[in-house]
Amino acid sequence: MESTCWRPGADFIALRLRADLLARIRAFFAERGVLEVETPALSAAAITDPNLASFAVSYTGPGPRHGWTLYLHTSPEFPMKRLLAAGSGSIYQIARVFRDGEAGRLHNPEFTLLEWYRVGFDHHRLMDEVTDLTTELLAGSVPLAEPERLSYRAAFQRYLGLDPHRATVAELAAGAERFAVPIPPGMPTNDTDPWLDLLLTHRIEPRLGAGRLTFLHDYPASQAALARLRPGDPPVGERFELYLNGIELANGFRELGDAGEQRRRFEAENAARRALGLPEMPVDEHLLAALAAGLPDCAGVALGFDRLAMLAAGKKSLGEVLAFPLDRA
Amino acid sequence: MATYSTNEFKSGLKIMLDGDPCAIVENEFVKPGKGQAFNRVRIRNLKTARVIERTFKSGDSVEGADVVDVDLQYLYNDGEYWHFMDPQSYEQLTAAAAAVGDAAKWLKEEAICQVTLWNGVPLSVAPPNFVIMTIVETDPGVRGDTSGGGGKPATLETGAVVRVPLFVQSGEVIKIDTRTGEYVSRVKE
Repeated sequence: MESTCWRPGADFIALRLRADLLARIRAFFAERGVLEVETPALSAAAITDPNLASFAVSYTGPGPRHGWTLYLHTSPEFPMKRLLAAGSGSIYQIARVFRDGEAGRLHNPEFTLLEWYRVGFDHHRLMDEVTDLTTELLAGSVPLAEPERLSYRAAFQRYLGLDPHRATVAELAAGAERFAVPIPPGMPTNDTDPWLDLLLTHRIEPRLGAGRLTFLHDYPASQAALARLRPGDPPVGERFELYLNGIELANGFRELGDAGEQRRRFEAENAARRALGLPEMPVDEHLLAALAAGLPDCAGVALGFDRLAMLAAGKKSLGEVLAFPLDRA
Repeated sequence: MATYSTNEFKSGLKIMLDGDPCAIVENEFVKPGKGQAFNRVRIRNLKTARVIERTFKSGDSVEGADVVDVDLQYLYNDGEYWHFMDPQSYEQLTAAAAAVGDAAKWLKEEAICQVTLWNGVPLSVAPPNFVIMTIVETDPGVRGDTSGGGGKPATLETGAVVRVPLFVQSGEVIKIDTRTGEYVSRVKE
């Protein structure tokens, strides 16, 4: 094993497929007049989401960030929104992003995200475009039935008989027992989100996107992340995720443009970090200033390129489509 | 004993679960697009050999189990306990019937066995993959008789019963694969 670790994890068929998919993505957006951009991987601010861990690096200088801790981006979302606020129009980026603490069959701590923003689109119109792109990229390799859209609530009702917006921790725990989902030690008794995540990952996700693109949309308000809330009973986050053959491929939002609301969410996430004993992250003031200046009405999505390449190549793990996955990096 | 974070989980890692020593068979990291990450783990209870599924929140820690595999020489059975010796230190260890289990029928004196120790006490015993034993009893087969095709039962010196080809006779020495319990060949001494 030691002696062959210098060799790539992926074969050259897979590496050629990656190159081909990248070329087709660029052609797709060129035809639609979406501008390719590049934004920095290193930032003075970082994501506050307690479930995402940024790599921190120290910059010794010279220049204005001398002696600072800088963070490798977990997605290019914040600087791309600054471009949108500055008037870029619709943009896309193929970015290498970094997430600490994520490795496995479907995770590698650095990976490639295709992220794009469409000015004037709502999240449903963006789902149409995600369908167009993924259908085109998977043509000939993965047979696809008609795409499906399923609300988060409908998915929980279909696979668990539960209403995710109303169920209590006790009801969610009973649902886990009913469907033989092993309950981890130390689950909270006052927060339903980790329970929803447990049921989603163990019971629902493996059944989503069987031979078709399935969009899960309209998330609980507590899981809106950077999406707008749509008022209602209950209000829902205008967020979607794309699944194919049980694998999550993309996450999208109708983008939140309210700087005050965004600041409140950042602060709430940092408070959650404190409660969990995690370090607080520096809030991106540039993003908040850009939102205050005015973000055009838009929807954006991040698609895991390596996972898409894995499905297109008919492989079972990311390591088979990465030239050098973590264990060979 | 050390504790292990889920970040250190990998197959073969020995951890304590519900008071029993266990070995991780398979570890999968799962995470929704945004939200809590989990480790879905298949775990073998080293006492019962049962495999169960468990899930941990990623980042949580579990207690390690002091479980090691050592090569020990089987000495004898005193009717209640099986006695083994470490061939390097000459230290002797005794294993109860529950630890020896099905391995008992393959244990011949002086055989080197892999013994799994939990807190220094034998938890399970794996016999050598191949053992050489003498047949003490088998029906005299008729050469050329292939009816039945599956051979005939033969009782070995330890009491184990294996199927052997019809041409193999009492008093002969044979090689057996203990993992399948199948006859491999005759052995010329």
